[in-house]
Amino acid sequence: MAAKFQPGDKVRIRMGSPPGHFRTPAYVQGKTGVVEALHGAFPNPESLAHGGDGLPKQFLYLVRFDQTHVWPQYPANLEDKLLIDIYEHWLEPA
Amino acid sequence: MNHEDHDHAHDRHAPIEDREELSYYEKRTWAIQALLVEKGVLTADEIRRQLEMADSRTPADGAKAVARAWVDPAFKARLLHDAKAAVAELGFDSGEAPVLVAVENTPKLHNVVVCTLCSCYPRALLGLPPDWYKSLSYRSRAVVDPRGVLKEFGLELEPDVEVRVYDSSADMRYLVIPERPPGTEHMSEAELASLVTRDSMIGVAKARAPEQQADLKAAAPA
Repeated sequence: MAAKFQPGDKVRIRMGSPPGHFRTPAYVQGKTGVVEALHGAFPNPESLAHGGDGLPKQFLYLVRFDQTHVWPQYPANLEDKLLIDIYEHWLEPA
Repeated sequence: MNHEDHDHAHDRHAPIEDREELSYYEKRTWAIQALLVEKGVLTADEIRRQLEMADSRTPADGAKAVARAWVDPAFKARLLHDAKAAVAELGFDSGEAPVLVAVENTPKLHNVVVCTLCSCYPRALLGLPPDWYKSLSYRSRAVVDPRGVLKEFGLELEPDVEVRVYDSSADMRYLVIPERPPGTEHMSEAELASLVTRDSMIGVAKARAPEQQADLKAAAPA
């Protein structure tokens, strides 16, 4: 199994609220960011939370967003960034 | 009840007793604990020992790791590359999270950590998270308005400093390496560690300046 994305790739966070537990905050869903790092593959928390085995493991990425993109009201002159860990099945190429 | 209706003196402390009603989650926690003990999965003493260990953790190990990074550039490079392995060199356990990530503050870059979904926190190195870290207010506002939140903590950053907010909502735990304060060139590693506060490793403050440290010592009761 190979990671779909590499550092530097542009990605969009999928929209969704699957029943039960998931760890992709609503505020980044639909937003576009850049892969900052690939952390490795980890058991899927959406399965673990409900007594599952977490398999197949999911690649986990650190994704970087411009704050001005995530929050329209963010002061436009700032270079501030938001970094968040997102599992691969929540990412699509952008 | 009218205030004048009773004549006993008011105790200004909150009553030292349990609230009568447990919350839903408290009841659920107690029920699960009772089941685990009853089924022989855990003993009550094992649960107590685990709680005792969690409560006894302090930010001391995190502070020692930061101080080592300040004095030893090769260690700092290893800490930034793989923090879990680097703190293990010092004999520290970084806890159950599979990966620990250290991020370095510089004069032009300030990192701050939040967990918007719950309260993910490097407990093994920093102890239990402060109440404000778990509050809905910090968790929601730190991502939307980090500079406003930092200002409330007493840290005002210039516009040319890039603020990076890490929302640690999955398997990673994040540790901020604050900047080494100026005027600390003569200090020993142990003295440096005493400047590294919990809040500076979350990223809501800078490391304590040596003169602030001196003020604290002067103010402490003999």
